[in-house]
Amino acid sequence: MRIQCPICGSRDRREFYYKGDALALKRPAPDAGAEAWDDYVYLRDNPAGWHSELWQHEAGCGAWLVVERNITSHEIRKVTLAEDAT
Amino acid sequence: MRFSGLKILKEGLTGNKGWRPHWRDPQPKSEYDIIIIGGGGHGLACAHYLASQHGITNVAVLERGYIGGGNVGRNTTIVRANYSLPGNSEFYSHSLKLWEGLEQDLNYNVMHSQRGIINLFHSDGQRDDFARRGNMMLSQGDDAELLDTEGVRKKLPYLDFEQTRFPIFGGLFHARGGTARHDAVAWGFARGADSRGVDLIQKCEVTGIDIQNGVVTGVQTSRGPIRAKKVAMMGAGRSSQIADMAGMRLPIESHVLQAFVTEGLKPCIDHVITYGMGHFYISQSDKGGLVFGGDLDMYASYAARGNLPLVEHVVEAGMTLMPMIGKAKMLRSWGGIMDMSPDGSPIIDRTHIDGLFVSCGWCYGGFKAVPAGGHVMAHLLATDQYHPNATGFRLDRFRSGVGIIDEEATGSQHNLH
Repeated sequence: MRIQCPICGSRDRREFYYKGDALALKRPAPDAGAEAWDDYVYLRDNPAGWHSELWQHEAGCGAWLVVERNITSHEIRKVTLAEDAT
Repeated sequence: MRFSGLKILKEGLTGNKGWRPHWRDPQPKSEYDIIIIGGGGHGLACAHYLASQHGITNVAVLERGYIGGGNVGRNTTIVRANYSLPGNSEFYSHSLKLWEGLEQDLNYNVMHSQRGIINLFHSDGQRDDFARRGNMMLSQGDDAELLDTEGVRKKLPYLDFEQTRFPIFGGLFHARGGTARHDAVAWGFARGADSRGVDLIQKCEVTGIDIQNGVVTGVQTSRGPIRAKKVAMMGAGRSSQIADMAGMRLPIESHVLQAFVTEGLKPCIDHVITYGMGHFYISQSDKGGLVFGGDLDMYASYAARGNLPLVEHVVEAGMTLMPMIGKAKMLRSWGGIMDMSPDGSPIIDRTHIDGLFVSCGWCYGGFKAVPAGGHVMAHLLATDQYHPNATGFRLDRFRSGVGIIDEEATGSQHNLH
């Protein structure tokens, strides 16, 4: 699997760290309540298909990326900088 | 049809013409007391114990593929009870005890082999940690023995003890741990359930869960609608898709875990061995293949196959620990889909929908839990009470924050357990 880093270009999967669902970028307000925090920290859509997820180009530029990847086929269709998504 | 030595002798002398299929291939009925979604190890064990311990036989197990085709037939077959946190500890202890009587209970040879597991450690800190774990295992009533370097050398003389980076300081020996023939476990439970009247319905995909006024009433399937008073979702790696049909989101992320097997070799590795400084574990199957594996590929995946970086990582770790296996040719590799939970521990509970139950979050430890996972789920379905050895696996522990069972203390990231 290769990921097209917007800064460094196409790089091997080994250079990247996987964080999980990109909902990590949608941090609720501290007082949003147990349900919102449960949704954020624990619950996942976990779809058998396209998934928006957070990777870090750990062994490259260090940028956090939002990667749209198909979890069933491992195909990647879009990679953007996380800082642009927030 | 019961198995016995005499029966095998008789069949051997008469051309093996008397064997019959181990279970029926029934048409689904229009209604059952209990429907189990997922004919894997846990679903089949649950059906078996519902019938054998609770006398509930009007049960169907619905399997999208075929019996033994999911994770129960794709794992590395290890059976152990070396957990340390309350909640897990009593549960896996319970499971190991069920394993020890399983072949008699099922009248089926699951080739349960208590060959012993040795978890190696490579530093003073790790020794302390493993000593503590061993004490926890002893206090839960199971066995553990802390071996020093010489103790390990006596059992495993072929390891590379003097490796400069990670010399072997010793190992935690769990003598009652071992392996079992995974397919036979599925087949044995399937036969046990079927022989008591449970319908095992293969090639039957659940496409919807019927809920009226907060009460489950049945399921829609590729073979038509089936009514049920209770429905148990036991779909392992596909749990999220099943729960989605009931409008639920689960605290699950699905990941791929690879496993590998070499060509068949003469007996050389007598135990299950885990490497403490790289994620690598190995045992030798009864056919002679070295069965080994390592970590998750670390990204969410429903593809039952992995990627090469992890292959490289696992093989490197193996070669560091036991260079002798380098001459063996790798025969096959494959992947299974793990339902990773946020604390690495499973969920066995009711849901907010009346009559709908869930068992999931088995991560990559579901195989050893098959007997107890089925046993306590059957208890919950039959009595509506939590089994005393499975009171900690609550679905709401994440929302409330009370009772999180984070064995490896890695926090709420699903792939880190």
